[in-house]
Amino acid sequence: MDMQRIERALEKLKRAVGIGMKRVTMPHGIPGHNLTQIEREVPQEEPPAWPTNDKLSVVGKNVKRIDAHAKVTGSAKYTADIRLPGMLFGKMLCSHHPHVRIRSVDTTAAERLPGVAAVHLFGMTDSKDDGGQGEYPEITFAGQPIAGVAAQSLQIAEEAVKLIRVEYKKLPFVVDLEEAQKPGAPAVIAIEAKEGNNLLGPWYSKPRGNIKTGFSEADLIIERTYKTQVQHHCCLETHGVVVDYRNDGVTIYASTQSTKNVRDEFAKAFGLPANRVRVICEFMGGGFGSKIKPGPSAVMAGFLSRKTGRPVSLMLDRREEFLSAGNRPNSLQHLKIGARKDGTLTAVELHSRGTAGVASDSGVGHVARSLYRCPNFYSEHYTVLTNAGPSTPFRAPGNVQGCFAVEQLMDELAEKLELDPLELRDRCDKSETRRLERLRGAEMFGWSRRRAAGSDTVIVKKGLGMAQALWPKFLDLDSSAEVLLLKDGGIEVRSGVQDIGTGTKTVLAQVVAEELGLQPEAITVRIGDTLFPDGPTSEGSKVTGSITPAARNAAYKAKRQLFEQVAETLGAEASELVAAEGRIFSKNEPSKKIAFQEALKMMKRARISATATRSENYEGKPVSEDLGAVQFAEVSVDTETGIVNVERIVTVNSCGRPINIAQIESQIEGAVIQGVSYALYENRVMDAATGHQMNANLQQYQLPFSMEIPEIEIVLIESYDAATSTDAVGIGEPPIIATAPAIANAVYNAIGVRIYELPITPDKVLKALNKI
Amino acid sequence: MKKDNLNPQEQPSKKPEYNEESGISRRNFLKSIKGAGLMTAGTVIAGVGALGSDAPSESIKDRTVGPEAGVVELKVNGVIKEITVEPRETLADALRDHLHLTGTKVACNRGSCSSCTVLLDGVPVNSCMMLALDAVGREVSTIESLAKNGELHPLQQAFIDHDASQCGFCTPGMLMSCAHLLQTNPHPTLSEVKNAISGNLCRCGTHPHIFKAVLEVADKQKRK
Repeated sequence: MDMQRIERALEKLKRAVGIGMKRVTMPHGIPGHNLTQIEREVPQEEPPAWPTNDKLSVVGKNVKRIDAHAKVTGSAKYTADIRLPGMLFGKMLCSHHPHVRIRSVDTTAAERLPGVAAVHLFGMTDSKDDGGQGEYPEITFAGQPIAGVAAQSLQIAEEAVKLIRVEYKKLPFVVDLEEAQKPGAPAVIAIEAKEGNNLLGPWYSKPRGNIKTGFSEADLIIERTYKTQVQHHCCLETHGVVVDYRNDGVTIYASTQSTKNVRDEFAKAFGLPANRVRVICEFMGGGFGSKIKPGPSAVMAGFLSRKTGRPVSLMLDRREEFLSAGNRPNSLQHLKIGARKDGTLTAVELHSRGTAGVASDSGVGHVARSLYRCPNFYSEHYTVLTNAGPSTPFRAPGNVQGCFAVEQLMDELAEKLELDPLELRDRCDKSETRRLERLRGAEMFGWSRRRAAGSDTVIVKKGLGMAQALWPKFLDLDSSAEVLLLKDGGIEVRSGVQDIGTGTKTVLAQVVAEELGLQPEAITVRIGDTLFPDGPTSEGSKVTGSITPAARNAAYKAKRQLFEQVAETLGAEASELVAAEGRIFSKNEPSKKIAFQEALKMMKRARISATATRSENYEGKPVSEDLGAVQFAEVSVDTETGIVNVERIVTVNSCGRPINIAQIESQIEGAVIQGVSYALYENRVMDAATGHQMNANLQQYQLPFSMEIPEIEIVLIESYDAATSTDAVGIGEPPIIATAPAIANAVYNAIGVRIYELPITPDKVLKALNKI
Repeated sequence: MKKDNLNPQEQPSKKPEYNEESGISRRNFLKSIKGAGLMTAGTVIAGVGALGSDAPSESIKDRTVGPEAGVVELKVNGVIKEITVEPRETLADALRDHLHLTGTKVACNRGSCSSCTVLLDGVPVNSCMMLALDAVGREVSTIESLAKNGELHPLQQAFIDHDASQCGFCTPGMLMSCAHLLQTNPHPTLSEVKNAISGNLCRCGTHPHIFKAVLEVADKQKRK
């Protein structure tokens, strides 16, 4: 890490004095709106700027997902499908109680069961676990793994787990956000308990100005309380690994969003150098934020494989996935906004709490702080510990919860100020991009059809609503790619980065193909393996923006080496050669040309290899937070049954330089559908008396199926930051943020009564209408 | 939400009962009594539904099976294979673990998500909800059989063309449901397409692209 910091500082220093830099003219802005060409200082070794997408041949086009064939034929091998010779199946014993101290564990019967190869107890070192002498970990939620078994079949492992006898001392527990805060509430984590206090925090989103002054300047102040629920990721492939632990090194197949995190954390847990751990993730069945860290199953499989000397497959079952693999924290938000009559915001104040179960992060302040940049802002957040499974990041963590409050309050503010919600935002939102998004979205949606709230007099009432969001352009500087040119004609791009279904493999093929003047089919993409240079972690929608510049730069470097080797034969200078349309030719004398494949045959050695790592944004430009979306929702609300139906969503998204339009649309639709689902259906139900989740399965945990999918229309705003050699960005998270408040505002517009709590289920609608 | 009443996946056998309170399915019940040693003498497959099927196939009828694994013949993708299974193993387990046909995915293991959809005598079933033994003597078709001689089924091609898979884990089940739809209703409307996959869960949100893909294939068939 220190070396990295030094390198980064050196890089900055060089940039400051202009060493190794060149001036490059690049597109900047939004085509058809404010596109210009600007100059940027760019590291010498980086390629010249690409023009806008309309002048490119592969990037920005609808190239088919390159691994789609494997997916539609069933030949794609996911972690759950890995079968190695001699492989054992693992199963964990998970706590049936929400809060206990373990007194003793008897594994004798489990070990004796024919077909069982090993039993391991969690939190116990190898030397202690058979004698039961050590300190057992405190169990703080129902579903927490305690022990694991490896057996010849999953059935035997499941049977063995049932034979493990555990003696507990039951401790008091609490699973409810509000109950856990009350004086005298049980301590959620006994060993860390401060007197009757399950609160962690406060955390502050960086305050601005003075809210007291701000509120005193307001003509109108609205304060409201909003509640959001716990949401589960429900990745179709559960968390899991296959670990093959050998003395000379460990190979792990993992369903993960970060091959490098699994490698590093596994190595740490087992005291191994990271280079002795190889992590492979070729296909993975969804993560949505929950698979950023390896989790306890990887460690358990590691112990079981080390004990048995055989590979161990350990996949969570669906119930375990619900109980222990993560969730989006709930929230209780008290939001207060002051505004002048003209719509200027004078103060924003947010007090919030949320439970992340036994984890610590449940903050929601980003949207309140940054969407309207009100000069006077204050927020304070506490995480409330409860005896429930730990949260993990979930698609736009914190923002989804925060936006539900902010954008509903803005809707209310607009009505009180007698302004159209779009007009109010035009007055107080400084983002030029979002202004354009509102304009284009309103037109496509037909916003002018919107009537006053509750105007419909029929039983099934229609309503229109909108909301907007922002998302930063995060990046992972530890993102590298290697490009290989092989004498036999092979062209390959390699990186440790994993494709979690977003289309990273395809995007890499496109970027490299564009740089080499080839078609994507010519490029072999090998990723998801830590033998290759480290790629970014799939989090924060940062993969495309982090890895594509590295891949393009590596391809550029490799191409330059190839040019050097063929220049003489062509009778041209290497510097005048270009690669396009499958050929290499001199830009001065186009008749001096050679097919790219022929050029490869002339290579002096078997391969050219070039690696590049993501550099800082050009001139260190901080890029805007304009990645969010402006969304419009059209709903119908049945006032007799309380059922809300989302009929149509129009979503307008700024998307950087789009690399693959179809894949971007897929990401956006997926985010919107999860947003609809968050708004109307999903909810973890905990039983306060037993501390158990009542709906830890895909039947009772409500999710949208085909019948609940609205019509989704997408407007993409292509935009150029002139920040990297591709100017691409990821789009996975931003389009989920505004969906729930847009729907809530539409529901209000339909029935004229506002609902402050998610999910908007029929009972809440009927209650709001005083019908129950 | 899964709408059971709209689920077009006709179960060829009676739907396995599931008691939400005790969490006991027939399959788990069989597993648990085996664990308790009640089946040590083996079980005689009776004429009615002892193992989850109202019409057990001729080949295992009146035969004693279990608790140990026994050899059975399964006809999968047109080929008869001999495998050694325990009575408690599901069809999904048998396909994945014994026949290495891992295209069939298991995501919930209780019939809630249809990731494990295969065709049994041409009808879609959740292969996690039936025992391997119940498939003896019947025709099982999995995702691996959809492409013929290396040529993709038109639906597979349309899924590729319309970017209808993201993570891809639901894709095999989706395709099997859609293939059955087009076989029985070559010209479906959008709502019929939605109905056909109303039991198939996709968490990535590929539905809009799947709708387009299926309708495109239907449209092409119409024009032919």
